[in-house]
Amino acid sequence: MIATTPSLNSEISLAALPPDWPGSFWLHWLVFAVIIIVFVLATVIVFIWLERRLIGRFQVRLGPNRAGPFGLLQPIADVIKILTKEDLVPGKADKLVFWLAPVVAFTPVLMIFAVVPFQGGALLADLNIGILYIVAISSVVSIGVFMAGWSSNNKYSLIGAMRDVAQLVSYEIPLVLSIAAIVMITGSLSLTEIVEAQNVPYIVLQPLGFFIFFVAALAEINRTPFDLVEADSEIVAGFNIEYSGTKFATLFLTEYAEAVAISAIIATIFLGGWRGPLLPPLLWFLIKLFAVFFLIVWIRSTIPRLRIDQVMSFAWKFLLPLALINLLITSIQIVFWPEASVWPVVLLNLAMVATLVLFWSKFFKLGGRRIEV
Amino acid sequence: MTIALSGSKIADKLKEQFAEGIVEVSRDSLLVKSESLLDIASFLKTTPGLNFDYLSCITAVDYKEYFELVYHLVSLKHNHSLLIKTRCYQRVEPVVPSLVSLWRGADFQEREIFDLMGISFDGHPNLKRIFLWEGFDGHPLRKDYNYGT
Amino acid sequence: MTGIHCVRITIMALKTEPFVINLGPLHPSTHGVFRMRATLDGEVIIDIEPVFGYLHRGIEKLAETRTYKQDIPLTDRLDYVASMSNNLPYVMAVEKLAGIQVPERAEYLRVIMAELQRIASHLLAVGSLANDLGTFFTPFMYMFREREKIVDLFEMVSGQRLLYNYMRFGGVSHDIPDEFLPALEKFANRMPGFIDEYDQLLAENEILLARTKGVGILPKKLAINISASGPVLRASGVKWDIRKADPHSVYDRFEFDIPTGSAGDCYDRYRVRIEEMRQCVRIIKQAMEQLPQGKVLNKVPLRLRPPVGEAYAHIEAPKGELGFYLVSDNSEEPYRFHIRAPSLINLTAIREMIIGWKLADAIVTFGSIDICLGEVDR
Repeated sequence: MIATTPSLNSEISLAALPPDWPGSFWLHWLVFAVIIIVFVLATVIVFIWLERRLIGRFQVRLGPNRAGPFGLLQPIADVIKILTKEDLVPGKADKLVFWLAPVVAFTPVLMIFAVVPFQGGALLADLNIGILYIVAISSVVSIGVFMAGWSSNNKYSLIGAMRDVAQLVSYEIPLVLSIAAIVMITGSLSLTEIVEAQNVPYIVLQPLGFFIFFVAALAEINRTPFDLVEADSEIVAGFNIEYSGTKFATLFLTEYAEAVAISAIIATIFLGGWRGPLLPPLLWFLIKLFAVFFLIVWIRSTIPRLRIDQVMSFAWKFLLPLALINLLITSIQIVFWPEASVWPVVLLNLAMVATLVLFWSKFFKLGGRRIEV
Repeated sequence: MTIALSGSKIADKLKEQFAEGIVEVSRDSLLVKSESLLDIASFLKTTPGLNFDYLSCITAVDYKEYFELVYHLVSLKHNHSLLIKTRCYQRVEPVVPSLVSLWRGADFQEREIFDLMGISFDGHPNLKRIFLWEGFDGHPLRKDYNYGT
Repeated sequence: MTGIHCVRITIMALKTEPFVINLGPLHPSTHGVFRMRATLDGEVIIDIEPVFGYLHRGIEKLAETRTYKQDIPLTDRLDYVASMSNNLPYVMAVEKLAGIQVPERAEYLRVIMAELQRIASHLLAVGSLANDLGTFFTPFMYMFREREKIVDLFEMVSGQRLLYNYMRFGGVSHDIPDEFLPALEKFANRMPGFIDEYDQLLAENEILLARTKGVGILPKKLAINISASGPVLRASGVKWDIRKADPHSVYDRFEFDIPTGSAGDCYDRYRVRIEEMRQCVRIIKQAMEQLPQGKVLNKVPLRLRPPVGEAYAHIEAPKGELGFYLVSDNSEEPYRFHIRAPSLINLTAIREMIIGWKLADAIVTFGSIDICLGEVDR
């Protein structure tokens, strides 16, 4: 078992700041802030193109292929279209909240990237409470979504916003619990240390944790099968209905930036971040990012969506007990076999995942019943 | 093959109870008075051997002196069908008993006839216009409907 | 027990009130311009009122001002998704009125077209249902791939892709070109494989089962009472198919089964449609083998004046029992032209099927009834 001594400090320290940057702290911050913003925007644009092409291929058709070779200029066209549309505000909407909601929704997503290591040591701030920071900041997004739904003065967006808040709050818990197992193995909350501790990627060592985290993350970013928040066929885009123009572009950007963020986090804590043989580390990071995104798009194009009460029961009755059991098993393994070698533990974990998931799903019923009116 | 029962055969069965309700018997159909329509229909639905449990279609035709309502009844069990007609001689406010209490399939079809022909159905739970909006003037399927100003 | 003081806890109930929401008329999932006024208590629907009439074009009145032959294209526009099946009962009713015979080759061609149309309509219905469930067009695209092949076949015969106007009094308008039968054979041989592919994708899908099993139940007695027809009636357990009960043209020469459901929920309606597609392929193969040579259109007077009388003809259209009731007064235009629209009548019990379920279920139930607004509103 990979064992490291716990090194949690009780306060945030900036000790991992590169010491030889001129202009000390502020230049480093400026450079990386620009890098992060450019990275997020560029990746979102690439992801939009990738998603549309991939979904097209999954649906036995070509994706966009007119705007530029292979449709590569399609997202540029989309961006131009969205930004030049008329920015309508409904008459009775709450104007300040309406304006503020996309900002509140987008900013935390950008802030997540402050602690994601692109390479060894290449990140904005190597906080030693990295993963805790991420969990805390990403919860603020749900406030932005709810503000958007409420201020639109539209029943459909209200329904969408209510569904969204319920969903986001419920899925935080299995998410955090699966991260807790990772933190226990690593002994540190810092993302750089998590990457450096992965001689074997944690996906192999913690398959149940990966499964729970991935499903909970899909729910957090409102993706199929949990996209009932913006269900196109029921509530016609949910909290997005009344938004148009730049505000809609920001909300749309939030959605894709969240997908990028989740892919980055999964790549970091489960797949080994920037570590890998042969290729430069940044390239490995990008490859893992795209692999996770491919999985997300694949699931989106295949699976139908769940109803809200089914989503709730899935979180509370299926994922939460599994997350607790995962935590229990991990802690037993840490306490009793701290020096065991990796591979028997891996096999044991895989066997446990298979048994648990199969066993639990036999006892788990998703259906909601009709209510007597 | 769904056997279309002849009107005369059914008229024999109905003669004991509803002799005064039957107006005209023909090979294809049976014409009854509108006052006894509900009783005759209920008899047709519940009598074993007839068991007309499926109302296939209701139509209203505007012959200029009278309105004629045509009911296509089918029995799924015995696979036979029957055509019942009734007439309404008032042009101004025609009223016919509603068959919704026996066959709920008559619900929307009677509303449609009310909407487009103007025939009211006595006993219908929700008789309002179905295709045209509330406040529309006139009943378009009538032969004397002028397309108006 | 001793020493424990009971603490009275007062729970303040959260005050809620139901609100009214409009589903439609402009809505991606109402399959046309259809409006439902739903009263919701949270997510649960406590009352629903369907509102029709947004596509009312007055077809019945229009038909009274056109000659019999000019009414054939008017019937195309009823169920615009399954247009071949709309011409057929009208043409049959006029043939009954006027006593026109139909040559045998034309009867077989009519059956082939009707069955192909049934497959195309069910593909669209199941694809839209999967779309309403949230699979983001993937099964929809797969099914449209097959529907394209059917539409190509129809284009070979009638020159049109959507509103075919193919049937005529006394037969069909054109004979099939030479490339039709080989293309049809290729299609019929490959279709069962595609249906298996759809089953692989959807039939045992956990989420689909959870969303559709037991949802929107139409009990058997109610289904008969509301005069439901088509897959809606058969999924509720009633084995009534007009192709077997009252066969028209040459349906009594074919061997096929009638798939019936048992529970009357959305899942059964979906399964009945999938199985019906398999039976359609069977009928098409048999019809292709038995197809005789001969002419396809009997001579009918140009200005058709059927004798005074009335006629009712019905067929098993993909959506249910489609019937036409015609009254003639020996003139060139019909005196009364009435359409028995299956979609309108299948909607009668929509309140019982939806009330008590959640908003998401309402959409799924509504999609599984499979209506077409052109027929509902005429």
